[in-house]
Amino acid sequence: MRIIVTLVIWMLPQLVLAQAWEDRRVFENESAEQTLRIISSTDTALFAPIIEDFLSKNTGVSVEYLVNGTAKIDQIFRADPDKFDLLISSAMDLQLKTANDGLALRLSDVAHPSWAQWRQSLFAFTSEPAAIVVNKAAFADHQLPRSRQELIEVLRARPDVFRGRVGTYDVRQSGLGYLFATQDARASETFWRLMEVMGALDIRLYCCSGDMIDDLSDGTIAVAYNVLGSYASVRVENEDQIEVILPSDFPTTMMRTALVSNDAPHPKAATEFVQHLIRLQSDHPKGVFLLPSLKTQDSDVDRATIPLEPALMTFLDNLKRRRFIEEWENAVIQK
Amino acid sequence: MSSDLSTSVSLRNRLVLILIGGAAILALLLFFAIRNYATQVAQQGQDNIISASVTSILDAAAIRDGIVEVDFPYASFSMLSTAFDDQIFYAIYQDDIFLSGYERLAIARVAARETDFKTVDYLGSQVRVVTASRTLIGKDKRTQVRVALAQTQDALSGTLTQISRNAAVFGASFFALATLLSFWATSNTIGQLNRLTNSVTRRGPQDLSPFHKPVPSEMLPLVTSLNSLMSRLDHSLKQSEDFIAEAAHRVRTPLATVRSYAEATLQRVDKEENRQAMRSMVRAIDESSRAAGQLLDHAMITFRADHLELQDVDLSALVHDLVERLKPIAEMKDLTLRLHSDTQVPYKGDAILLQNAVRNLLDNALKYSPSEGVIDIQVTAKPNIEIRVYDSGKGFPKDELDTLATRFKRGLNAEGTIGSGLGLTIAMDVAVAHKGMLRLSNKAEGGACASLLL
Repeated sequence: MRIIVTLVIWMLPQLVLAQAWEDRRVFENESAEQTLRIISSTDTALFAPIIEDFLSKNTGVSVEYLVNGTAKIDQIFRADPDKFDLLISSAMDLQLKTANDGLALRLSDVAHPSWAQWRQSLFAFTSEPAAIVVNKAAFADHQLPRSRQELIEVLRARPDVFRGRVGTYDVRQSGLGYLFATQDARASETFWRLMEVMGALDIRLYCCSGDMIDDLSDGTIAVAYNVLGSYASVRVENEDQIEVILPSDFPTTMMRTALVSNDAPHPKAATEFVQHLIRLQSDHPKGVFLLPSLKTQDSDVDRATIPLEPALMTFLDNLKRRRFIEEWENAVIQK
Repeated sequence: MSSDLSTSVSLRNRLVLILIGGAAILALLLFFAIRNYATQVAQQGQDNIISASVTSILDAAAIRDGIVEVDFPYASFSMLSTAFDDQIFYAIYQDDIFLSGYERLAIARVAARETDFKTVDYLGSQVRVVTASRTLIGKDKRTQVRVALAQTQDALSGTLTQISRNAAVFGASFFALATLLSFWATSNTIGQLNRLTNSVTRRGPQDLSPFHKPVPSEMLPLVTSLNSLMSRLDHSLKQSEDFIAEAAHRVRTPLATVRSYAEATLQRVDKEENRQAMRSMVRAIDESSRAAGQLLDHAMITFRADHLELQDVDLSALVHDLVERLKPIAEMKDLTLRLHSDTQVPYKGDAILLQNAVRNLLDNALKYSPSEGVIDIQVTAKPNIEIRVYDSGKGFPKDELDTLATRFKRGLNAEGTIGSGLGLTIAMDVAVAHKGMLRLSNKAEGGACASLLL
């Protein structure tokens, strides 16, 4: 009995540590006087060049980069906003609510177009459309779907091929998945029909993009819906295997956003990091900024980007969320 | 003249001060009125949008399976987007139970169909809270759903700053315009006064006629009393002139009689002593009668100068006639009169006055020339119309050249000569009446020169 208790006590911090972060990496600078703590939903692989570039220009700073899912990092950040300097996430709705709740620092000296920032405290630095990503093996002799409607038809035509081989975010766990789902639902009823069709095919639900793309590239699933295409192409080693399809009916484009905590231990360095991010996204140097840059909205009309506005908080409302998840479960899980 | 009077605050300054002060007060009032009104309108605008949003949230409230659901549309919050990215906070209550939103947002108690507007502090910033409610009727119970929606006022204050700036610009330009206008109005008003002053100043010393030019009604009393003052002055002047003329006339006639008796007596008196006395008497009578004549002339000239009868005159002929008439007197004194004249010197003037003036000049020349002297008379048309009389007497005393033409003033060297002192005055008055002048000088070789420049 005592042994078990001891074991549990010994294991507990390990467990907590292991649970807290999907990934954690410290980028050291030899002459560093302060360590910037960045909490993010973006894979370390994609973000490491950006941080290294930043460190080379700011030798007095080290960076601790902490990765977790969008919903998780939101919870963690809200619990201890004074322990982190920067919050970077693709879940625009959660980010906007954080800023709306006054947890983000207003950075008056960061110049950014009004559509790409909110309240001078939330700054967008990428434009990433949600895509249908397919494993080409499953479409050897068949036409690739170009829209949601075509995807529905494809899935209905060959249910045996796709049964158990379609995947999407579990909107209950993933903040970004929830954002994409609610924006899709807002745009068209096609979303619900697609969810029903996918639900009927024993859909696999993923908490995080990483697992979904891993399963896609090794052929476990054939179709992944609402994945970040740019993300997939960077992550998958053998790109020939997969095809990224941007739905032609209505695209949903997300902007990755960064904010500096109101209680940031190092607000000055954090502000410099935001400026660095914004500069990189506009210069877009190869090999450093691996994410797609912001697309100016006026030049790209059909790639309608989800606007940064307080309306994003609509589906974060408890009642709305409860109702949406209920509907989603009815469509997808089909008990 | 003005330096003798003490001045109070200038009328112009007083007017300008009052007008500009008034404009400044008006501009300030305008600024505050616009800002106040704009504040109300802007607040009204924000209230309306928040109310619309609250209504759309309440509209979405429904009871499903006994549970209150508020499936409010995306537009509810979307309509609250502002250029200043205002924060929004909301809370949804069922009866007194918190359902969703921001739990710490104070929510007012409102009756059904009632909307409550408040400005409160929330999370360190000022927010406008709108609260409204709706009663839902379920299967077996009534329940009240209350929604409070708050928005920060960054856009509002941004709008107000802009409006304030515009109002300030508006007020300032109003003030500038009013200032310009008041300067203009003042100088225009004062200008009327100045014009009257000028026309008073510009008048000749003899001109006592009333003002006839139109004047602003406010100045009418002043001008009227000025006119009446002048007419009284004119009247009394005329009276005294009349009196002098009348007196001279009355004196001249008896003097003529006295002179003829004196002449007759002189013939009969043998005693040298008595003859001497009689001669002085005759000379005194001559002097008196001449003075009376000149006084009469002067009165006539003063009268005619005000009512010039202009006609075409040939000055050459006019002077020639006079010279011819005076030749006998000149011969008596052994004086030679020489006339040098252009053939014709046409001029527009009052012949009687001109004659009088030239005759007085010639009289003077005759009087002050020693025996066997020569008097030269020149009448020229070019370069100026001018009548010059040179004598060969002692000339004018140098230091009296300027004052000789004043009334009853005689030269210091005129002792022992008959004269009233009016001759040059008459000549000058005539010249001035014809817009000309009388110039007195001395010839280098001796002798006086009087020129009538016309």
